[in-house]
Amino acid sequence: MVPLSYYLVLSGILFACGVTGFLIKRNIITIFMSIELMLNGVNLSFVAFAAHWHALSGQVFVFFVMVVAAAEAAVGLAIIIAVYRTRETLNVDQVNLLKL
Amino acid sequence: MLHLILFSVFGAICVAGAINLLVQSHPINSALSLIAVMASLAVEYLLLGAEFVAAVQVIIYAGAIMVLFVFVIMLLNAGEEEKTGGSRVALLFGIPGMLIGSVLIAWVLLEHSGTGSVPAGALPGSPKTIGWLLFHDFLLPFEVTSVLILIAIMGSVVLASREEIPAPGAGGPR
Repeated sequence: MVPLSYYLVLSGILFACGVTGFLIKRNIITIFMSIELMLNGVNLSFVAFAAHWHALSGQVFVFFVMVVAAAEAAVGLAIIIAVYRTRETLNVDQVNLLKL
Repeated sequence: MLHLILFSVFGAICVAGAINLLVQSHPINSALSLIAVMASLAVEYLLLGAEFVAAVQVIIYAGAIMVLFVFVIMLLNAGEEEKTGGSRVALLFGIPGMLIGSVLIAWVLLEHSGTGSVPAGALPGSPKTIGWLLFHDFLLPFEVTSVLILIAIMGSVVLASREEIPAPGAGGPR
């Protein structure tokens, strides 16, 4: 019997690590991985609440979050490739124009 | 008791991997530690009884998405992260602020949430029940996500394509 709050604290820690990585990292790929980390933290709280309230729809929503994460990763990595092709850098400090 | 031990061990792996992701300066090391985080999260899902979600976590997240990340890192030959100034204030105020915020949230959750315990395997999320829900109660969202995936595929193909796509009516080659 693991208390629900332990799962929520773990998911909060993962989310906070993702936010911190998003803010302090300067490599665009690592920033993307921090976003994935945040989505994973949210997924854990979804599953924990689903088990707590005996509602399976929480697990279905994890599935939807994963689909959105996959779509986001595909489009984001394509954008990264396009940015690298024109700028020759992955440092977000040197990418200050939205224009490709 | 066994469940608590398993939760603690894999939760510790999760947190260690997440912190390692922040500390490492080479993107490939960050990607590998993110894979460790996702694999141990799959064990946490299994502890909660969500078998289908655990399997999908390993197959889609740790398999497909992270392979995509590692592939792009290798393709772009990403090297060490360059340290640039300008984020000193963020480091000075951000990290203590983040720590204080997380400790406050954890304290509120642990002391005042009033939520009970979750028995391991309380809600067996087998593929059968998940699939039934997906194709009955959530049929419209399911179809909408398929459209979303289609749009994402087309968008990534357009964004990553090398040649210029002529605008309609711009007099491209016939």
